[in-house]
Amino acid sequence: MFVAIFTISLMAGVFGLILGYAAIRFKVEGNPIVDQIDALLPQTQCGQCTYAGCRPYAEAIANGEAPINQCPPGGQATIVALASLLDTEVLDLNAEHGEHLEVPLLAVIDEQTCIGCTLCIQACPVDAILGAAKQMHTVIADECTGCELCLPPCPVDCIDMVPTEQSIDDWKWSAPLDPLELAQDA
Amino acid sequence: MLKLHNIHGGLRLEGHKAESLQRGLLQATLPERLFLPLRQHIGDHNKPQAEIGERVLKGQVIASDSALICAAVHAPTSGTISAIENYPVAHPSGKTDTCIVIDVDGDDKAVEPILADLENLTPGEKIELICRAGIVGLGGAVFPTSPKLSRGKVQGIDTLIINGVECEPYITCDDILMRFNAAEVIRATGYLQRILAPRTTYIAIEDNKPEAIAAMAQALTQHPLQNTEITPIPTIYPSGGEKQLVQILTGKEVPHGQLAFDIGLFCQNVGTCAAITRALEKDEPLISRVVTITGDNIAQPGNWEARLGTPISHLIELAGGYRHDASGHLVMGGSMMGFALSGNEVPIVKASNCIMVMREETIPTSPGYHDECIRCSKCTEVCPAQLLPQQLYWHARARAYERTQEFHLFDCIECGCCSTVCPSRIPLVQYYRAAKSEIRAAQKAQFKSDHARLRFEFREKRLQLKKQQDEERRRLKREALQKKNTRPGNEKPMADPVQAALDRVKARKKLAQED
Repeated sequence: MFVAIFTISLMAGVFGLILGYAAIRFKVEGNPIVDQIDALLPQTQCGQCTYAGCRPYAEAIANGEAPINQCPPGGQATIVALASLLDTEVLDLNAEHGEHLEVPLLAVIDEQTCIGCTLCIQACPVDAILGAAKQMHTVIADECTGCELCLPPCPVDCIDMVPTEQSIDDWKWSAPLDPLELAQDA
Repeated sequence: MLKLHNIHGGLRLEGHKAESLQRGLLQATLPERLFLPLRQHIGDHNKPQAEIGERVLKGQVIASDSALICAAVHAPTSGTISAIENYPVAHPSGKTDTCIVIDVDGDDKAVEPILADLENLTPGEKIELICRAGIVGLGGAVFPTSPKLSRGKVQGIDTLIINGVECEPYITCDDILMRFNAAEVIRATGYLQRILAPRTTYIAIEDNKPEAIAAMAQALTQHPLQNTEITPIPTIYPSGGEKQLVQILTGKEVPHGQLAFDIGLFCQNVGTCAAITRALEKDEPLISRVVTITGDNIAQPGNWEARLGTPISHLIELAGGYRHDASGHLVMGGSMMGFALSGNEVPIVKASNCIMVMREETIPTSPGYHDECIRCSKCTEVCPAQLLPQQLYWHARARAYERTQEFHLFDCIECGCCSTVCPSRIPLVQYYRAAKSEIRAAQKAQFKSDHARLRFEFREKRLQLKKQQDEERRRLKREALQKKNTRPGNEKPMADPVQAALDRVKARKKLAQED
């Protein structure tokens, strides 16, 4: 009996050491699920979800504090992706937070009106606005995510949000009409 | 004689080729205006290199870019540029794109050609000449030829395949080209051999084109080439697809996600070959191509060598106009892979191999509805890429795009065999194309959001760093001030400098008064 107790204790000790070593050696920094959620969010940092940016929203989702349907820029595609990642139910976009636009928006500064106050530059989360104090500002179109964060600080309301230009490359083949949906409509 | 291999599936289709082969190769007259889309190739965008009002000569570059995957556009004739704006182009969307409009002056005056000494050119210099001529693959993919050649040269080419298969119904432009310009194709084969140094060369032609095979064989005896063989292959659709042709000739399959030159094979269409010969021998850029005008709604079908930018309406006029009424359909490409055009004002581009002018009844606009899949698996039997069209269909219809990729959606060559045999008339290829579009759009969006995240994180880091630096500077200043205000050894603070200055002035005044 003593042999059995000794063997079991020894094994427990050895496995304990292995597990303890593994916990230190293979420690995961940060929360990987937050990174995975963050990778699915559109990174506009617009705050329409009521969180301070995409990462805080990802953290809130990971902690179970926020539902997955609060991101209008991502739209239904993001909700489906989040639901499949987290293995939860697919929800409809919560209309309280805004509407999903098929064509993303682009900020355009009316350069005649701009007074060069730099407030929008400070507000832009992706450094997409170019300019300096008392110099005319302009938006780098390719970098703009259409988050609208530059709109409120502008003292002269010279920023406009316009739909991005859709070229022939952005065109998508449409799927055939689904016979089931057709039957339902009839 | 080479032993040929079989491909999986495929279809024996009615060719509809005889109609357009009656009249030989005709030269199209110049229209009044040419409409040249800036981009007529797969790859990066061109920028206009000429201004409105500028007079241009035939062969002058009017649009180009320094990007790698790019092909310049040249003025097909002399004239004046009257506009650079959006016009309808040959695209399945029916949308407009930026075109350069040339008002033709009728002189057809060309830029002075600079003839190169072909014997002494290095392969690199030949590729450079081909690049300058704006040559793209004329078989349909319109991939720029010069980067393909450069890449092929780096990879090392074992077998060169000249593709004169032209398996799709209605299209006869390559057939006519081989009958009438066989020498150009054969000479280009020689140039390609000198650039790529392949061990063997096959010139593949479908056995339903005996005249073309004879013409090519005769040209080959006049311009003999080493290790070159004209290989008639059985008539089966889609044996002209690059991957299918490779399999028929060599028995090798191009692996998933790779291209023919990754396994030492290089395919080039006969039309592209003729363009290469003209570019190298005459310094003539790609400004025209052979176009088949055919279909059951055209009076006199045929093949025309037309300048790029020629409106289709002009070619329809040359072909004797509509047989019935003008309300019918225009399709660019053949009956299997072609797409409907928005109207007859669309210009001929580098990709326009065939224009089908069809009656309304022959090609229904859109089926509108289809029946349900009965799981007969006929589509699987005919798929030349050996995919599972039925599985792809279920997942594409359910918008389960990840699952479609697991079933290798992107290996689908969109040949249309599955849709043709489907007894429920399910437009399978349309489902696949829609799924591909959605997947590509999602990838683009993902790329954009990843980029935005990088920029956001970089900005956060920068602001953090600035805050730390400000903090540090403030601390240093504070310390320096404290040091200044305390004398070493003596803890008594220094006298107020303002008060000291006032005292000095007072003392001086007092001194002056005493004097």
